[in-house]
Amino acid sequence: MPSRRRAFLVLALLACGGLASFAAALAVGSLSLPLPEVMATLLGEQTPNAAIILELRLPRALAGFACGGLLALAGALMQVLLRNPLADPYVLGISGGAGVGAMFAIMVGLGMAGINGFAFLGALGAMLLVFGLAHGDGAWTQTRLLLTGVIVAAGCGAVVALMLSIAPEHKLRGMLFWLMGDLSQTGSPLIALGILAAGLLVAMPFARELNLMARGSDTAQALGVDVRQLRYTVYAVASLLTAIAVTSAGSIGFIGLVVPHLVRLAIGNDQRLLLPASVLAGGALLTLADTLARTVVAPQQLPVGVLTALIGVPVFLFLLARHPR
Amino acid sequence: MNGQGAALIATRALAVRIGGISVCSDLNISVRAGERLAILGRNGAGKSTLLSVLAGLRDGDEGDVLLGGDRYAALAAREAARRRGWLAQRHSDAFASTVLETALTGRHPHLGRWDWETTADADIAHAALKACGLSELAARDVQTLSGGERQRLAIATLLTQAPPLYLLDEPLAHLDLNHQIAALDLFAAAAKDDGAGIVMVLHEPGLADRYCDRVLLLYGDGRHELGDCREMLTEERLAELYGHPLKEVESDGRRWFIPA
Repeated sequence: MPSRRRAFLVLALLACGGLASFAAALAVGSLSLPLPEVMATLLGEQTPNAAIILELRLPRALAGFACGGLLALAGALMQVLLRNPLADPYVLGISGGAGVGAMFAIMVGLGMAGINGFAFLGALGAMLLVFGLAHGDGAWTQTRLLLTGVIVAAGCGAVVALMLSIAPEHKLRGMLFWLMGDLSQTGSPLIALGILAAGLLVAMPFARELNLMARGSDTAQALGVDVRQLRYTVYAVASLLTAIAVTSAGSIGFIGLVVPHLVRLAIGNDQRLLLPASVLAGGALLTLADTLARTVVAPQQLPVGVLTALIGVPVFLFLLARHPR
Repeated sequence: MNGQGAALIATRALAVRIGGISVCSDLNISVRAGERLAILGRNGAGKSTLLSVLAGLRDGDEGDVLLGGDRYAALAAREAARRRGWLAQRHSDAFASTVLETALTGRHPHLGRWDWETTADADIAHAALKACGLSELAARDVQTLSGGERQRLAIATLLTQAPPLYLLDEPLAHLDLNHQIAALDLFAAAAKDDGAGIVMVLHEPGLADRYCDRVLLLYGDGRHELGDCREMLTEERLAELYGHPLKEVESDGRRWFIPA
């Protein structure tokens, strides 16, 4: 029996996990700082390493949290929309489109703003392409949408490979890092955090209707869900969330697929709890992964996307194997 | 709500076509409180299609469907769900969920946007599960249910929704004989005690005769006949409907039709 009390309890626990991930992100790095000093700095005291904490680590932790939350929320929404636990922003080609845009911008030598702009346009373009093609004669089935997304993603992958093969040598490293997901180049995290909050605010009022959507569109319609309107809303919101995440951190795989899945295995499929829980869990996980990415081989930095996949794959397989069915 | 006079559901000159085949044309039916209508016809005659048009899940090609006097286009989805319930022919569960949670989805149209299910809602769901013999399975995952159990859960969900009009697409699918009669008795009681209107797609003319007042015969070529069971369910008509000769036999005052 779903209840508000249980939801608050679970969310409070996850929020603590989120805070812990922040503590780790601020204290750990090529220079380890004691937690009391981190706390003192956050509270406004002048400490010797204030610049590292406030100007380097805090924005990066916030950006990581925002991107993780964005990807996890987008994945959770798309899995319900398509009634398919395999759906995520990457499978649907949205990040592929962003990748094409970003590669093009890097190749022609645009700066940070240009890369972000083109990545956003690419994500939006791929989304419109998938949506437009899958829409077809008006009958817009989940299978058709998933298939269109997979094909568009494959096409984008080919275009990216083509650009990598003709790009000049000195630009290759930047392009590869972008493709593998990287939080070291992000600008202000405020936009991503704002969009994350807005996305959650738009999705939450429809949470119970999404529960019904997960049971099939006719069943949902018969039980009082305006299916057409909800589909458009969810697709638009999920696409926007993905576009923002990919724009600010490059292509980070697995969060959108694995986090909603893990949360679902742990607490069930009630979207009223699953959506905010995925945001918290995705944010915490990416913040932790990024902390690891910049510490395991410090002072060198790994692309965080590689780490999310390295952590995500075994955890996912373990949970899947442990659960009957 | 509407005036007392409006039928629970009515069609005006309704025409439905699917894939170039005419299901019905100029169909005028109306179901009022306590009335029970069966839809009979061959496979592919369009019974389910017509029922989903009646349920507002797809549009008819001509004419109107009026739910409590209003067109679906003029009704919010939630309001429509408080006026009619629809039993799907197939149930697919993409995600895990308990039997109780599934039954509770029937309360959706009765809850506000930010409401959570209350203990009163849970009581309604538990009563419905009990009526369908599923009390023991309340905590089970729907994905582990057998076909018949899943069908009974769908019926329980519909009872939890408690609409004034039930649109049932093959309510007996996957059910054993005992559960078939139990399910039909449940809906008969809803019609008799709560004044519910019932429209159901059936495959067995004898059960239509026993559990319904009127029957709609869909011949599969666009022709239809509508009338009282006693008048419509005859050997000649059913032989034409199913394309196979049938013999009427009587037992304990009930009529059955067996393939000759």
